[in-house]
Amino acid sequence: MITLPHIYIVGGLFFAALAILSALDQANARRLRNAAFWGLLALSFLLGDRIGDFGNGLLALGLVVLAAFGLGIGKPKTTTPEERRASAERRGNLLFLPALIIPAAALIGTLAAKETEWGAALIQPTQATLISLALGVLIAVAVVMLWLRPPLLAPLQEGRRLMDSVGWAAILPQMLASLGAVFLAAGVGEQVGTIFSQYVPGLETSRTIAVIAYCVGMALFTIIMGNAFAAFPVMTAAVGLPFVVVALGGDPARVCAIGMLAGFCGTLMTPMAANFNVVPANLLELPDRKAALNGVIRAQIPTAIPLLIANIILMRFLAFP
Amino acid sequence: MLVLLGIGVVVLGFALRANPLVVVMAAALTTGLAAAWTPDADLQMMYDAALATIAAFGKAFNDSRYVSIVWVVLAAIGLLERAGLQERARIAIANVKAATTGRLLWLYFVIRQAAAALGLTSLGGHAQMVRPLVAPMAEGAAESKYGALPDRERYLIRAHAASADNIALFFGEDIFIAIASILLIKGFLEQNGIIVEPLQLSIWAIPTAIAALLIHSLRLWLLDRRLKRVLEAKPAQSEVAP
Repeated sequence: MITLPHIYIVGGLFFAALAILSALDQANARRLRNAAFWGLLALSFLLGDRIGDFGNGLLALGLVVLAAFGLGIGKPKTTTPEERRASAERRGNLLFLPALIIPAAALIGTLAAKETEWGAALIQPTQATLISLALGVLIAVAVVMLWLRPPLLAPLQEGRRLMDSVGWAAILPQMLASLGAVFLAAGVGEQVGTIFSQYVPGLETSRTIAVIAYCVGMALFTIIMGNAFAAFPVMTAAVGLPFVVVALGGDPARVCAIGMLAGFCGTLMTPMAANFNVVPANLLELPDRKAALNGVIRAQIPTAIPLLIANIILMRFLAFP
Repeated sequence: MLVLLGIGVVVLGFALRANPLVVVMAAALTTGLAAAWTPDADLQMMYDAALATIAAFGKAFNDSRYVSIVWVVLAAIGLLERAGLQERARIAIANVKAATTGRLLWLYFVIRQAAAALGLTSLGGHAQMVRPLVAPMAEGAAESKYGALPDRERYLIRAHAASADNIALFFGEDIFIAIASILLIKGFLEQNGIIVEPLQLSIWAIPTAIAALLIHSLRLWLLDRRLKRVLEAKPAQSEVAP
């Protein structure tokens, strides 16, 4: 049976390859820093379960230090824009198919592991989606390699090209998840929950009020934190789980799924979400790009607020089966 | 109440535009130390608390590794980009001769949202698609109808091009089961003893995705009306001639 640790080995080998190829890339002035960064991440995937909690903490600290000094961008050999245009015209819409293998595999694998015996024997049912996704990637890469016959190292080099453009931001979601866990252990959610229950009347008795408090809280907290990922663990521990789910009977999966999207409404309204709201204003050379409410954010607010209301209504009617 | 200091560190860090990874680590240490602090705590106790916080962070970091496993997808996407996937997407969009700014942005919105729902989140983006393609096409659609654009309307169209990308991405990607936010929810619930599968979560992102599509379609329709109202005030010369 394929389990999550097998997939971690695949991930670890992928990041290890990025580290080696980065180290060999003479075109990247910071190639050793890049190599160290991806190497540490590879170490985390391959040996994370053996180096202990403090070892993992030091590893995370090392990633932060390397990111703070700044990573470079490697220049792996790839095709020219002209070659790509020619290939796009020659291959037509068939090019979309291998890309569709990945989500299709994730979906089919998940359903098979849940619903069929052979699926459950092949894929660990509790982690079916991630395992199927990784298998889908391996299948898609194999298909493209057989179809287009690129150089053998192409998937790793092209993966490195994209990973370097993502840079340290690649581990931000994982870091925010870890921060959420530290917040949780320190009782930040409970403190925020206490504040909410002190100032929001009817939180424990009214489904409507609890849903509004959770969704608006998610949006506001996301505006402050600049990221729904950071707001989610705190607000869900403070209001979502204790009130909407436990006290009032909401379905946790539905409450959390819609709650996260209420947070995304906050992301649309804040300059703290720099890569979505400030970077494009710079790229498009808007005259008010340095303003707190630049043109992009002002264009988004009239969609974000009605959508937040829509999320409140959806959660109120869908989350209590 | 002291543990809320960590939130203050996050706010301060983002306000100072520090590296977000540094901000996250600083907030975690602040929170851990604040939780351990008592009026008679000495240096040794705070040192121990700092070590304990690093260990707690490390444990959570190791438990959250699955959040970062999705990056292996880039090996396949990069390989396809090498073969011209983005160019193919551009050809597919450019072949549709949409007549107005609003309709063009709407088309991009729909394609972007659908692609994100299939996990193809890197098929768009501000640097790759909006600046070189979507914004110029949206401006061009208005120019061909109304002639040279005043700055105000030009910047409005650009801002709308960027926002269409953001909104379509945000409210499309959660339908895909292996996106980071879905995995974060799964991990959070697991820590609280509730086991859910990503598919159970992504299904409930669909109603909001439809609401986002409806609301933003209305916004883009209103954008077209506004451009028509403002820009038609100075009628094009060619239309005045008999």
